[in-house]
Amino acid sequence: MSKPIIATTSLAGCFGCHMSILDIDDRILELFELVEFNKSPIDDIKKFTKKCDIGLIEGGCCNSENVHVLKDFREHCKILISLGECAIMGGLPAMRNGIPIRECLEEAYLNSPTVVANDERIIPNDPELPMILDKVFPCHEVVKIDYFLPGCPPRADLIWEALVALISGDEMNLPYEIVKFD
Amino acid sequence: MSQFVRFTIDGTECMAAKGQYIVEAAKENGVYIPTLCNFPGVKPKGGCRICTIRVNGRLMTACTTPVAEDMSIENEVKDIRELRKSIVELLMVEGNHFCPACEKSGQCELQALAYRFQIMAPRFPYQFPVRKIDASHPKIMKDQNRCIQCKRCIRAIKDEKGRNIFAYRKRSSSVEVVVDVKLGKQLTDELAQKAMDVCPVGSILVKEKGFVIPIGERKYDNMPIGSDIENMQVSKI
Amino acid sequence: MKAAVKKTIEKYGSDKYRLMDVLIEIQQENGYISKEAIAQIAEEYGMSEVDVEQTVSFYHFLSQKPTGKYSIYLNNSAVANMMGRADVAATFQKELGIKFGDVTPDGRAGLFETSCIGMNDQEPAAIINNHIFTRLTPFRVKEICRDIKEGKEVSEMFVQDWGDGENRSDLVHSVVSNNIRKIGPVLERTFKVGQAIEKITKMKPEEVIDEVKKSNMRGRGGAGFPTGLKWEFCRNAAGEKKYIFCNADEGEPGTFKDRVILTERPRLLFEGMVIAGYAVGATEGIVYVRYEYKYLEKHLEDILQKAREVNYLGKNILGKEGFDFDIRIQFGAGAYVCGEESALIESAEGKRGEPRDRPPFPVEKGYHDMPTVVNNVETLCSVVKVILNGGDWYKSLGTHESTGTKLLSISGDCKFPGVYEVVWGFSVNDILDMVGANKEDVMAVQVGGPSGAIITTNEFNRILGYEDLATGGSLIIIGKQRDILNDIVLNFMDFFISESCGSCSTCRIVPTLMRNKLNKILNARGVRQDLDDLHEWGKILKASRCGLGQTAGNPILSSLKNFPDLYEEKIQKNKTFDSGFDLNIAVKESAKATGRIPNV
Repeated sequence: MSKPIIATTSLAGCFGCHMSILDIDDRILELFELVEFNKSPIDDIKKFTKKCDIGLIEGGCCNSENVHVLKDFREHCKILISLGECAIMGGLPAMRNGIPIRECLEEAYLNSPTVVANDERIIPNDPELPMILDKVFPCHEVVKIDYFLPGCPPRADLIWEALVALISGDEMNLPYEIVKFD
Repeated sequence: MSQFVRFTIDGTECMAAKGQYIVEAAKENGVYIPTLCNFPGVKPKGGCRICTIRVNGRLMTACTTPVAEDMSIENEVKDIRELRKSIVELLMVEGNHFCPACEKSGQCELQALAYRFQIMAPRFPYQFPVRKIDASHPKIMKDQNRCIQCKRCIRAIKDEKGRNIFAYRKRSSSVEVVVDVKLGKQLTDELAQKAMDVCPVGSILVKEKGFVIPIGERKYDNMPIGSDIENMQVSKI
Repeated sequence: MKAAVKKTIEKYGSDKYRLMDVLIEIQQENGYISKEAIAQIAEEYGMSEVDVEQTVSFYHFLSQKPTGKYSIYLNNSAVANMMGRADVAATFQKELGIKFGDVTPDGRAGLFETSCIGMNDQEPAAIINNHIFTRLTPFRVKEICRDIKEGKEVSEMFVQDWGDGENRSDLVHSVVSNNIRKIGPVLERTFKVGQAIEKITKMKPEEVIDEVKKSNMRGRGGAGFPTGLKWEFCRNAAGEKKYIFCNADEGEPGTFKDRVILTERPRLLFEGMVIAGYAVGATEGIVYVRYEYKYLEKHLEDILQKAREVNYLGKNILGKEGFDFDIRIQFGAGAYVCGEESALIESAEGKRGEPRDRPPFPVEKGYHDMPTVVNNVETLCSVVKVILNGGDWYKSLGTHESTGTKLLSISGDCKFPGVYEVVWGFSVNDILDMVGANKEDVMAVQVGGPSGAIITTNEFNRILGYEDLATGGSLIIIGKQRDILNDIVLNFMDFFISESCGSCSTCRIVPTLMRNKLNKILNARGVRQDLDDLHEWGKILKASRCGLGQTAGNPILSSLKNFPDLYEEKIQKNKTFDSGFDLNIAVKESAKATGRIPNV
């Protein structure tokens, strides 16, 4: 039997969840025994080369590109997992959800004291850039998500336990201490 | 000597002082009934509905209903567990609860209940309401994003003349708990701390203080809410 | 201003439990309740300002911002829409140049939405400075707006003759029609004031209660609790003072029978309260009247005064030593939930109208924590007839479980909307015949208002009564030309959402989520899972504290059950998942902010 294939991505996230994947320490070697990675920043495969079994999504959707990537993952993965608070509920990026986009952009590119390089004082508007969404969307409010692993980031043990259970087909038995929202 | 009554919770024989609220009576018998808007020593106001139980076939709130002889109480049954879980999920989507950025994380009762009910993601759509933070008071901040309208602060915090410092404003989904401008200014350090402690979530914070307890050592990091009651040795009356 | 507020406070005995009266008076005087007024009230009563504000901000007709010299409240009930409200609303906005919720820049007119004002048989209707305007048309609205611009007194604006009956009297002068279409033993015309009071002076209170118990009468508000039993509980409850409340806060959209009783038979109602007072040993009666009926205030006060003059009210009534009873009128200020008896009591105590936790019930701890009976207007009227004609007589009317008669408020698509007094036991079909509805054209009947049920033609043989179709008396007839989900169900859901007191998490949150989901389905983005969700979410509401919360999902649940096809035809059959997310919509705001053309 061939090894299950995993893909991962970070949408509107900080890569902290990916760091937490790496944080399973030497079990990473065991993981590579158990699974094969496809599209993922971990192996730097940029495009799906085959159908995958599990897709891990870090981050919510804050722009149009995030939506396209997420939909691409949904198409290519049998099981999709929202990994971490941002994927599950937008997380810190979603703290902008009550603020009008124009205000956000003006604060980020024009008015903020940290704006130094933007001499022309323009809000980026190149057609090549992804379009910002009116709010940051949790992934499951865009596509169907099968599992949720909360945490900021999710504890490495949680990721490990959940993946092993999924791969082996066992029931997920997650100890109290490792399921946290922060 | 107070009178005692006999009743059952999920078929188990229990005993408690007559007139005690069911939540308290259950606690003395080692049974945890989840609560959120309830606070020991404060007049109950069944608002959150999480302590809903079934008494002789009818849904009641355990925090407001006194226990009576021969009551047959259903607590840990499927539909009620499901209902309570739903209510926690409702509260999670109603406000803006960014746990990773919250000073109360790990000590928050809403979060702790979500842990207890093993909620990974609420089943309801996030509302992302537009809410404000009121930092105009010298001692405390009132973050409306995190408020669950439980009224604990309204009921528990009064000034020396017995006046309300916190109160509801408006109604329906626009309801919010606000701080009196004048009395908020006169809040003592002691009362400010009490207000923060009485708040089950991170909506009332004492200013210039936060994240005191390290992750891993906070109240609900290792043991589910209610486990203290469930693990208690019940002394036979 | 300060002196005026102080005077108002003193007028109501400097009693903070009379806060509602004080606030209503200040609102009427100034068109709003200012920050300064709130500060002064707080000071006088020894309360905090937020505490006063929590009452003010609860009620629809109390405002912290000016509402205009002319405050226009246009009813937005489903039946108003059926009767052409949209054009009326548009004309108001156009003529005044403002949107709903706004006041004209010169402060002259304010335009507001309001839920059912009890005029469903003469919609579209509006309240302007406590005067009722009925059967509005765009033409009529133009006339009104012209009068407003000219600064005419509202009482001078009417171009039609006054309504029938007491509506013509000098103390009322309204264009409201009673539309009494059928008279039965309660509404009958031969009633002689004082007869029943005279009769009970020769009875023991227990005998009065026994007679009422014998009649098997049940509360007419909708919950149907046996009246005699309620009185007995209250009589037996310990308390130095006891109260009789009449619940005249009929707010269930589609109900207006109490308005007709208050207009035409208030003496009957007051007599019922005196009887109740005698039976339970209460000395004070309070009629809690919804603010929408403020135009009847002088009329009601006048009748109370006359009753005092002939000693039907007051001390030692009709010479009977110790038989003391008087009645006062307490106005609400716009909150449907105050129709719930414990919320009504809270409101009468000057607080937010939030239902209380039960137990204890009002009969043990009600107004001022004293034993209190809260009875519906119709119940108290019916009691008089029980006393005059006997419990056995009453029991001989109606059915086994539903004795006596019921006043129905009938509106919607029929020839003769209005109030009908029928004995229990009529079928819906009978009623459709009675009101001149063409059955071929009827698609549904909403029984018992938004909190009740919407039934289909194949249930029209069901019987009105506690044993089958229980109802507080509202029947809305819905013709085939109507769009049930858009016109009725959405309207009702919006009603519940805005009328929740906000105290229970369930009722505060779930109706909004259900309404949003219904919108998703109506926008053709629904899938089967959404229908299942609506079913499941509706169950959560059952854990709410009061009837409003428990039934707030009924418009959807009931239509889902009885009109499943309306939902089925709108959901997508080829999909199992659709979150409703639309990328094109989601990028609109940022495209505008950056001046880009969306390229998604």
